[in-house]
Amino acid sequence: MEEWDPNTKSALTKIPLLATRAGPRDGAAWTQRLKEEYRALIAYTSMNKSNDNDWFRISADNPEGTRWTGSCWYVHNLRRYEFRLQFDIPVTYPTTAPEIELPELDGKTHKMYRGGKICLTVHFKPLWAKNCPRFGIAHALCLGLAPWLAAEVPILVDSGMVKHKDDEVSSVES
Amino acid sequence: MDTELRSLLQDIEALKGSLPDVSYRDSMAKIEERVVKITSITKAATSRRSKVKEMSAEVVDSNPYSRLMALQRMGIVENYERIRDFSVAIVGIGGVGSVSAEMLTRCGIGRLLLYDYDTVELANMNRLFFRPEQVGMTKTDAAVQTLSEINPDVVLESYSLNITTVKGFEVFMESLRRQNPKNSVRDDARSAGVDLVLSCVDNYEARMVVNQACNELNQTWIESGVSEDAVSGHIQLLIPGETACFACAPPLVVASGVDERTLKREGVCAASLPTTMGVVAGLLVQNALKFLLKFGEVSPYLGYNSLKDYFPTMEMRPNPQCSNSACLERQKEYLLEKPVRDALAKAKNEAEASLENESPLHMENEWNISVVDDSEMETLNAPKASDELPEGLTRELPTADKHQEAAALEGTSISSNDVDLEELQRQLDALNAS
Ligand SMILES: [Zn+2]
Repeated sequence: MEEWDPNTKSALTKIPLLATRAGPRDGAAWTQRLKEEYRALIAYTSMNKSNDNDWFRISADNPEGTRWTGSCWYVHNLRRYEFRLQFDIPVTYPTTAPEIELPELDGKTHKMYRGGKICLTVHFKPLWAKNCPRFGIAHALCLGLAPWLAAEVPILVDSGMVKHKDDEVSSVES
Repeated sequence: MDTELRSLLQDIEALKGSLPDVSYRDSMAKIEERVVKITSITKAATSRRSKVKEMSAEVVDSNPYSRLMALQRMGIVENYERIRDFSVAIVGIGGVGSVSAEMLTRCGIGRLLLYDYDTVELANMNRLFFRPEQVGMTKTDAAVQTLSEINPDVVLESYSLNITTVKGFEVFMESLRRQNPKNSVRDDARSAGVDLVLSCVDNYEARMVVNQACNELNQTWIESGVSEDAVSGHIQLLIPGETACFACAPPLVVASGVDERTLKREGVCAASLPTTMGVVAGLLVQNALKFLLKFGEVSPYLGYNSLKDYFPTMEMRPNPQCSNSACLERQKEYLLEKPVRDALAKAKNEAEASLENESPLHMENEWNISVVDDSEMETLNAPKASDELPEGLTRELPTADKHQEAAALEGTSISSNDVDLEELQRQLDALNAS
């Protein structure tokens, strides 16, 4: 874990680990897994709030819990940049991690695959594989999305690829 | 287009007749000539050849299969025409998949099922196959357009979907199960309606999904891949129960032989080269043809390191502790079938031995060619007993820890007590709203 920054590392270790190896095609076992996902997400969200580091909202978009949508934000130069967030739970979950998408940023950065899927660091997949099935959605957000936002949002803003929503509105109105 | 050109010719003709000055005649004739040429070019572009009922070996300019049927005459392939009975599914119609589809189409494959969720983009133009005017079309539809022009004999099915989602996977499975409507003889012993699946996807997640489907359907498939730095690639044959499945061990990659840090540039996800992709597509389809038409040796794993022009090979046995339950089922079945396999192999050996005794001894080796004994070849290619990998290959991912909680992280596991799902959803919603 020495390749991760101390903040990511300390947050990660506090998210409860999951136990059930089950994917969305596994019936009752998937329901069990979903409960564990919720517990981990609840713990992670409350932890972020109490540390004054609230940075995402996510909820299941269908009763089966196979599609998740929400938003995430990052503060750069005292301004908050918010993006839509979505992903599907793959049929081979949890062996493979969900591929997190930020559709609004599709085509704006090289650190992204087609369809707005964020390009994870070389350290993500090995750690996910090593910890399967104990990592869940909350871990994917903490290990995948948070470092991505921290690295990419400042570049996107400074290069002008991403504009703050206040600036965009005023430029439309003027 | 055709009528436009014809009326243009008529206009020129009329103008020619009404021209008072004869000196313009020459340039008018030249214009006329050009229009005729354009007319013939557009005709050639739109004319399609009609379907061919039977593959003929006749060597005439008009026979699209004469050079392929020659393989049969030369004794390379016993029955080339069988290719028309085969259905091949290609998952991922990118740089490798599209070229593989074109190769199989030109070979006269019976039926191709094409899967991709993407559309053609200008950024794809450094690769082969797709054309700039196809930008915006789904890759599968654009492929069907081109392939049906090249060879109308091939039955083409286009599936524009994402196989990793629950819904997409269902359609994927159902399409693989469906029997070829053209085949009169149904092979009811097999649950899949295709003869081979070729995986040409560009990510680990999608490969694991193809692996899942093929393990469940007991379907042989060949995996292919090109590294993100575009300088190496590989193909791997996967026979459920018999060889390692894609989840049996972390995926193998060809080491580039160059310091990784000099290759991995920050700021880019992936590079691609039409050359590496073309080579890998060629290796993939060659292996597929050998498998389907039963000639030569089908490679279990073949790597390609383009920086050193090095081709490592190896074999992988299934892992009895594989995390994929369908893989374990296939392994069990394979073990149960061992006596039958042994009997067949024995009968085959005996038949070959008696054939050898009858055949005349080889003439003296007048060309002084050294012949490697069959048994020698076997020891050369034998899989390594130990777990060590051949030179030039490495594992891409670590194996999962055996639930030793302290290994990577110390944390508390979630106990599976009985709070119902709705209650947990409410709790998260409340947190999200606050
Ligand atoms: Zn396996």
